[in-house]
Amino acid sequence: MTTEAATLTPRGYLQAQNRWHPLEIAFWLATLLPFVLFPDYLSLASQIAITALFALSLDIILGYAGIVSLGHAAFFGIGAYTAGLISKFGWGEPLSGLILAAALAGLVGFAASFIISRFRHFTLIMITLGLGLLAFEAANRAHWLTGGSDGLQGVSIWPVLGIFKFDLYGYTAYAYSLAALFVVFLAGRRLINSPFGLALRGIRENWVRMPAIGADSRAHIRKAYTIAAAIAGLAGAVLAQTTESVSLESISFQRSADVLVMLVLGGAGRLYGGLVGAVIFMIARDQFSGIAPQFWYFWIGVLLVTVVMVLPNGILGGLSHFYARWKRK
Amino acid sequence: MSAPAHPARDTGDRAIALATRALSKSFGSLPVARDIAINLPAGARHALIGPNGAGKTTLINLMTGMLAPNAGQILLGGDDITTLGPQERVRRGLARTFQINTLFAGLNALEAVTLVVAERRGLAGQFWRSVGGYGEAIDEAYEILRKLKLGDACYQVTRELPYGRQRLLEIALALATKPKVLLLDEPAAGVPQEESGEVFEAVAGLSDDLTLLFIEHDMHVVFRFASHIIVLVGGAIFTEGTPAEIAADPGVREVYLGKRKHG
Repeated sequence: MTTEAATLTPRGYLQAQNRWHPLEIAFWLATLLPFVLFPDYLSLASQIAITALFALSLDIILGYAGIVSLGHAAFFGIGAYTAGLISKFGWGEPLSGLILAAALAGLVGFAASFIISRFRHFTLIMITLGLGLLAFEAANRAHWLTGGSDGLQGVSIWPVLGIFKFDLYGYTAYAYSLAALFVVFLAGRRLINSPFGLALRGIRENWVRMPAIGADSRAHIRKAYTIAAAIAGLAGAVLAQTTESVSLESISFQRSADVLVMLVLGGAGRLYGGLVGAVIFMIARDQFSGIAPQFWYFWIGVLLVTVVMVLPNGILGGLSHFYARWKRK
Repeated sequence: MSAPAHPARDTGDRAIALATRALSKSFGSLPVARDIAINLPAGARHALIGPNGAGKTTLINLMTGMLAPNAGQILLGGDDITTLGPQERVRRGLARTFQINTLFAGLNALEAVTLVVAERRGLAGQFWRSVGGYGEAIDEAYEILRKLKLGDACYQVTRELPYGRQRLLEIALALATKPKVLLLDEPAAGVPQEESGEVFEAVAGLSDDLTLLFIEHDMHVVFRFASHIIVLVGGAIFTEGTPAEIAADPGVREVYLGKRKHG
């Protein structure tokens, strides 16, 4: 990058950061492969797309702004229950359901952000953990509304755009999930490359310096947290709509922990970190649980420890490091 | 502290850019700032000196709002800013640098200074357009870097910059806030003596409109660049005056050469 940069103007250099890399185009073309090559795995593929969307939302606050969260599933769950309930009470139109679910999750995220933006590090881990547990128990307790541990039943989603019915094979489900992921990714990509994205990286890189350059870090964090919560809610809504059910698992601590693991595996603070992490995690889970249904977390543990020890910046961080070295030769 | 503080000097018709009045702060029972009254006239080149632990950095922290005083006032251009937060003071034109590099290690110099410019121009909340689309802000950032001779290194990640250049980037970040008053906390700290001149040449090259207060230990540098020197001992102003007056002051000699005060 440094050799190219020497011939660039400062404007050109920063504009170039926004350009699409051929590998990115290849990545998105590859997401279409399951339709052709693995039609039996379409439901797994849509699970991956939904999880990737969820991981992308965590990446914005954790990877870019350095704001830790152990309770991110709260927003995923709020989105899932909102979408499920809207449909259960008679409005099965999927796109408006998505928007409402994202808006409600974003609203709750905005309220929580006033607490979140005041704390850092260990305190914040405990606070987000607590908020996550709170949301879980609230959903568990409100059996009359959410179905509690029985799950929310009776969700029925109308065809997308009035045309595409959610079929048994999962063609529509995967296309729908993938479209949601892609659209949000485009928006997220803009955000990361924007002045606001730069400010988030500033918060991550040096919290102390931010006020000394006249920046209001807390306002930035509130905004980022609200956006991340809305995206997480959207991901939850897609899950509820494509599976036509909502289980308590969607708002559980397990989901919060899993998404963190994915982001660390893939590489936090990288646009594709959450996406690659979700692909690896979900496929590993699918394969490992085939080998030993009860002990598959053992292998996830092995994978996590290995990656963190060998590639501290995640799999993508490691790859880009080797790529840069190879290019320099 | 036998020597009484000199009364604030007559500054002629120059307006006071930054002033403190009876500023006091203690950590528990330990006073770190005692009844400090400073007047920085617009365009000043004042040095703040004193032995280790005299409270020089504490004073900068108080002025910039990173610490809250127990008593006293801080005035920026005549306005009382004592209760304002650090970022609000920066927006009103009071910037600082840090003795220990406080940079954005993972950003390159261009990104870091562009961020500061974007914050000042009120663009940093915008998330719908790529940074590359804000050409004027980028040009302004690059111009600041170029003036500090960082232009050729602006694409290099901060943590990989040579230490001396990181010190210059410290100043660049502060300048990008377009300050009226700039407080430099040992701008050449840790830079080998033969290279520290470079940092101070950059400081000397700053606009005359900018009001400067800098902390520095190297007396050669202080005598060369400061027009006025404030000596701080034990959290209080020991004396102040022109370099010639300070050099001739036996009390200052005693503080520096005789029994040094630590704490």
